Amino acid sequence: MSSHSYEESIKLVYKGMWFLAAVTLIEVFFSLLGKGHIVAGWEDNYIVGYSTAFIIAVLSIYKAYFIIYEFMHMRYEAKGMAMSVLLPTGLLIWAVIAFFQEGNSWKERNDKIDNMNNGKFEQMAPKKESFNAKDTKVMDKF
Amino acid sequence: MATDTLDHSVDHDGHHNETTDWNGGNEPWRASYGKLMMWYFLVSDAFTFAGFLIAYGTLRVMSPSWPVADFVFSTAPFNNLGLGHGVPLPLIFVTFMSFLLILSSVTMVRAVQEGHRENKDGVAYWMLLTIIGGAGFLGCQAWEWSNLIWTENMTVTINPFGTHTEKGVYLNADGTESTDVFKPGQGYLLHMAGAHHGDDHHEGPHYESTPGDYKGYAVNEGGFILKKYKVTEGENAGKVMSEVHGPRAFGGLFFFITGFHGFHVFSGVVFLIIIMLNVMSGVYEKRKNGYEMVEKIGLYWHFVDLVWVFVFLVFYLL
Repeated sequence: MSSHSYEESIKLVYKGMWFLAAVTLIEVFFSLLGKGHIVAGWEDNYIVGYSTAFIIAVLSIYKAYFIIYEFMHMRYEAKGMAMSVLLPTGLLIWAVIAFFQEGNSWKERNDKIDNMNNGKFEQMAPKKESFNAKDTKVMDKF
Repeated sequence: MATDTLDHSVDHDGHHNETTDWNGGNEPWRASYGKLMMWYFLVSDAFTFAGFLIAYGTLRVMSPSWPVADFVFSTAPFNNLGLGHGVPLPLIFVTFMSFLLILSSVTMVRAVQEGHRENKDGVAYWMLLTIIGGAGFLGCQAWEWSNLIWTENMTVTINPFGTHTEKGVYLNADGTESTDVFKPGQGYLLHMAGAHHGDDHHEGPHYESTPGDYKGYAVNEGGFILKKYKVTEGENAGKVMSEVHGPRAFGGLFFFITGFHGFHVFSGVVFLIIIMLNVMSGVYEKRKNGYEMVEKIGLYWHFVDLVWVFVFLVFYLL
């Protein structure tokens, strides 16, 4: 902030605007690509699915970094203050990984219990006479 | 910044001169009390949002299937009003909403810059544009919500968006096989029986509205039509089954997370209006601190934009 002239900093702001808009468009493009809206059939390819998801996530984190450092002026704050804000927030990455692991484990347990209940794997199929939502076993748990 | 000139006890890297540190009047880390506390409020708010989004991710990972975002969010006001009727516009409307928030963030930065120059009119002008951007975003969200609630019948506990997990072909209302095939991962929307919705009320088949089991479909207690289909591949091949509701948690997560974010935008707009009025009446001009109050509400406003980056990521893009 203080190191730029008024005209320079205005230019930087509009540059930032075009940058964020462009990154958002790229994200939407990759999202639609991964879901087969741009090249039909690609939604069935899990490598495309995972890589587009990864690219989108990285771009989002970059957008977040840009907003915090440029728009919120974190770049110009004292280092200790920046760290006191960023380090606790950074711990959330650990929480995200841990809870994905946990969710996966819940899913495996649910599947296992359903297998034992039904004698086989039949999680999405309601019995012929039970068409009510309340009778569809797995869906009802959450 | 105006605060730089007030504080001589802290050198360029933020290190303290210990002899004067405890005499009062110092600003640790070269940030005023108000700005520092705004940052820490935002940290706590980030944890709340992270709690919500992590809950969303966990429930999504543990579910056998999940509504397909580009199918759920494929409507926009203009494609319901006749322009390209029924043409899916996946994610287009929500991208427009994201642009609105980015734009209002940019105008907010401009307001803060004008504040540093003590340019009263400039601050008020750019804050007004920011308010318009925020209000526009809220309007879009109101449309999105009312479309989901009244047109697509989604509530906190009822989720009409399901996803196929098998390959199959739909049955016609009279129980004969149709040509409408689907594959795993394809989304579907359960329609209300008897309601006029979408394409069905023009030439679509007639569906009974009383709950019961019919030839090509069933109507559940909630009044939703569950179309029947024949599985064509896998271990259930040949079986006739009916559609089921999608994971129940989806509606609650959607309304609570986007609602919590929307409430942040709403309170942001309210605070922006109050501070803009204060700017215009010269309250901050007298303080001679480079419109620090505008800087603080600016931090909050950018944070709202920041949270939207992640709501946009987990709800709409992934």
